[in-house]
Amino acid sequence: MFDKLTLSLIPLLPLLSFLMLGLFGRKVFKNFSGIIGTGALLVSAGLSLSTAYNYFFVSGKVDGVYQKITALKISWLEFSPGVSIDIGILLDPISVMMLVVVTFVSLMVHIYSLGYMKGEERFSTYYAFLGLFTFSMLGLVMSSNIFQIYIFWELVGVSSFLLIGYYFDKPSAVAAAKKAFIVTRFADLGFLIGILVLSFNAHTLDFETLIQRLTDPNSEYMRSAIAPAFLGFSSLTWGLMLVFIGGAGKSAMFPLHIWLPDAMEGPTPVSALIHAATMVVAGVFLVGRLFPVFAISCPGALELVAYTGALSALFAAIIACTQTDIKRVLAYSTMSQIGYMMFALGVSGYGNEDGLGYMASMFHLFTHAMFKALLFLGAGAVIHFVHSNEMNDMGGLRKHMPITHITFLIACLAIAGVPPLAGFFSKEEILLAAFHHNKLIYGIALITSGITAFYMFRLYFNIFWSKEFHSHGEHHGEGGIVMMLPLILLSLGAAFAGFIPFSQLVTSDGKPFETVLHLSFSVAPVLLGLAGIFIALRLYKTQNDIANKISSSLSGFYSSAYHKFYIDEVYLFITHKVIFNLLGKPAAWFDKTIVDGFINRLGSSSEKISEETKTLQSGQVQQYAAYFLAGAIGLGIIFIYVLTLK
Amino acid sequence: MTEIGLNHILFVSIALFFIGVYGFLTRRNMIMMLMSIELILNSVNLNFIAFNKYLWANKMDGLFFTIFIIAIAAAEAAVAIAIIINLYRSHRSIDVEDASDLKF
Repeated sequence: MFDKLTLSLIPLLPLLSFLMLGLFGRKVFKNFSGIIGTGALLVSAGLSLSTAYNYFFVSGKVDGVYQKITALKISWLEFSPGVSIDIGILLDPISVMMLVVVTFVSLMVHIYSLGYMKGEERFSTYYAFLGLFTFSMLGLVMSSNIFQIYIFWELVGVSSFLLIGYYFDKPSAVAAAKKAFIVTRFADLGFLIGILVLSFNAHTLDFETLIQRLTDPNSEYMRSAIAPAFLGFSSLTWGLMLVFIGGAGKSAMFPLHIWLPDAMEGPTPVSALIHAATMVVAGVFLVGRLFPVFAISCPGALELVAYTGALSALFAAIIACTQTDIKRVLAYSTMSQIGYMMFALGVSGYGNEDGLGYMASMFHLFTHAMFKALLFLGAGAVIHFVHSNEMNDMGGLRKHMPITHITFLIACLAIAGVPPLAGFFSKEEILLAAFHHNKLIYGIALITSGITAFYMFRLYFNIFWSKEFHSHGEHHGEGGIVMMLPLILLSLGAAFAGFIPFSQLVTSDGKPFETVLHLSFSVAPVLLGLAGIFIALRLYKTQNDIANKISSSLSGFYSSAYHKFYIDEVYLFITHKVIFNLLGKPAAWFDKTIVDGFINRLGSSSEKISEETKTLQSGQVQQYAAYFLAGAIGLGIIFIYVLTLK
Repeated sequence: MTEIGLNHILFVSIALFFIGVYGFLTRRNMIMMLMSIELILNSVNLNFIAFNKYLWANKMDGLFFTIFIIAIAAAEAAVAIAIIINLYRSHRSIDVEDASDLKF
């Protein structure tokens, strides 16, 4: 079946690379730390590919159903019989798929960084952090225990923080790292409470048992879980909503998305790995992991997932149209696509054909990882070439960077949903699932897909066409084989990943089902996508004023979208004005005057009392003797006249 | 003249005691204070003797106690005079008001 050692090596090799490079990288492995990190990842990626092959085509399927296999289980902390934190490896279709995605994209980024980060002073530290991240992400997707997933969840948060703040001498990068950490940490509080609520109800932390207990309507656990508990919601709904808040924080869903655009301060390959392909889909993965509980026991919480996803998708797409920093456009695009995955889960049912949305979400996660990593790495190559993130500094680069140009175009077509590239298939399934379930969300998704095509090609034309590129100073070409190879491999993924029969492999209940593509259904989204591309072509292929005219005629809306709908300002207002003035200041006043005041008064009054009484100690022996005598006489009087009178 | 009774002796003893106390509280000279303490001790001795004689004439407890106190008082006087001499050496004075170095 599955070799425990092989499976454990998949996450442990990146960890080993982290430890080696982190402890000795600067001195011992100075010149070949990149090779070590990449080598470890290469082995790890090979192992996960063979695991995936083994799972999907050899031994994962029993009686036509993909099994959940607990390949490894070590009891780590046992609180009481039944409730324990285990460290284990759970293999099921989504975790195996994520293994492939994470190791593949991470390997691409490792190779790419050999060229992109060459000459950096903290080169080996960078590779150490990449190893730490890959280890944590692999641990996260293989977790068999909800608490184990939380541990790795925090670890990816830390490695994301370290990598965003990689250029720690840049104040904006430091601020962005802090922002990302605090916002996601705030959301993780919800996750932690959610874990406690769920495990309290199910009396277990183990995923399989938890899902089994919370989906069986006749179990005793369910009766207590679905009883109304607080504000009219059952404790199960609360638990799932809180877990979703954690997922929404990591996955940059509205309104917890504010950290993602700022996270682009990190090195571009890091953005490709963490903030596009892997870590930010952890929220989707989490909802997918607990999907049976969401779908069977608590459709209300699933509605929340659906609407949050749809709102984020549209919202981010609109903002992406106005941004001029190419990495920020991609960041909002990521947020929008993750919104797609979220609402696809939200509109899905459980089992067989009903689980179309679930399958589509995982499919889109897979294809998105390919083309979004490709887009970021391409953008990295462009930034490497131009030394700027701003669109205005670019233009006409197609002749200077032919390979980047072609691969970027493939990725743009894929994300715009042009057949037969990868994005088309997964997006089609999502739209189909939404169409059958919720027309409002379907409408939002359709509009968003048009806008997506528009802003991606706005980006594309602005970088590669628009105006002639005036090279000033020496340029060093596209970046050599190590930077081009990942682009080419990923563009193959972006082009052909759509042909993977996902409905045969990754489904909500493990049973494969057939999907049919209705050509008539695909007409609307494809036409909308092409229309978006065409508008972008008219506006941005050559330099003209139409775009400026349109934006000035929409001045109010345009500028509010340009300012990201003032969400950051709202947060600042809430934290600085509302929380600071209404909670912080009264609390500080209470602390200073009441708590501190009480202690200070205690101190000063005892000081005063002792100041008064110390004069009694005069050093005059005779005075003491007089007091003693008076006391003795007093006691004598008391003993003789008071105590004997009775 | 009636016979001298217990009360007479007790009066003498009380007078002696309070003279001693008065001396102890008012004299600044340490030697004088020491002598006042001797007065107090002797008034106590007088009490012991009187009570022994008038109330338990066939017992010897009071007498022994008195002898005991006299012995202790001798030792006490020796120690006290040693202290006074030392104080005089360091302060050049045996005025009790000058010996107030150990106040707060």
